[in-house]
Amino acid sequence: MIHVLALILICQLAGEAVARVLALPVPGPVLGMAALFAIMLASPRVALAVRPVGEGILRHLSLLFVPAGVGVVGHLRLLGENALAIGVALIGSTVLAIAVGALVFRAVARLTEGKPDA
Amino acid sequence: MRDFTEIWSYLAAGPLVWLTATLVAYLLADALAARLGRPPLANPVAGAVVLLALLLWATGTGYDTYFEGAQFVHFLLGPATVCLAVPLWAHRATVRRAALPIVAALLAGSLTAIAAALALGHALGLSPDMLATLAPKSTTAPVALGISQSLGGSPTLTAVLVVLTGMIGAVVITPLMNALRITDWRARGLAVGVAAHGIGTARALQVNPQAGAFAGIGMALNAIATALLAPWMLAFFL
Repeated sequence: MIHVLALILICQLAGEAVARVLALPVPGPVLGMAALFAIMLASPRVALAVRPVGEGILRHLSLLFVPAGVGVVGHLRLLGENALAIGVALIGSTVLAIAVGALVFRAVARLTEGKPDA
Repeated sequence: MRDFTEIWSYLAAGPLVWLTATLVAYLLADALAARLGRPPLANPVAGAVVLLALLLWATGTGYDTYFEGAQFVHFLLGPATVCLAVPLWAHRATVRRAALPIVAALLAGSLTAIAAALALGHALGLSPDMLATLAPKSTTAPVALGISQSLGGSPTLTAVLVVLTGMIGAVVITPLMNALRITDWRARGLAVGVAAHGIGTARALQVNPQAGAFAGIGMALNAIATALLAPWMLAFFL
């Protein structure tokens, strides 16, 4: 358990360091994710140890957004002044992005897999 | 015994009360959502945010004080992003087989999310700062904060927009997919992961395990895609 937590933090730390040193536009945790994925592919033993811990953390992913969400209390005025524009932009873009993403996935899957919906 | 306000002011100044409140508020909101049968509108993040906002307001507590305690939960967003390697690894065979649709849907979904948000926001008169704040809202919080900061937006406001976007995605995904008659769980999951990150992924995990795995993949890949696309797209609107 502690080994795995250390590995996860080391991946994140390495990601942050590489992103900073090379001035990459990709955030550190994302590079850390790529690093952990490469390690899991390279070593099945490590992968099997990481899996339950990673799944445990991801199972409560929603919780981790709560502190950022409560930040709304500091932005009520700005949000209120721009409520219509922000609301339309958020709802419109999210609905469109989900629809476009799913339709493109289905279209390309049909082309490449040669069968209707799986 | 010392009076209540004295004890309260002692406790409320430290991180323990607000860390505890964050976990308890989430558990209450999640239990309520479960009791209601997890309808799309009963989102546990939204419920917890409302409970905590009311608590801060009722006790006259500032967000900075609250965050002293809540930062321990917030910090885990980084390690959780690293952990997205796990669903990617667990479903690597399925992912490899569906590599082309995944990449196509990722690019289409990510571009649509950024472009539509910027175009709508621009048309409705949002300032350049607000557009920079808005641009990365479909990607997961730690990534979005970093992008917002580097684009000159407000990271804390981006965090709020990220959470709102996730809640919108979690609410609309099931009715929207049913309306479009999309029954492929991979397509449904990937699309919501790309457009509505972790909150959408949490919703997908509740509905179907395969959708959940693909949502995790969509969210992980969109962290990279948004980091690369958002600065470039924003340049068109400034």
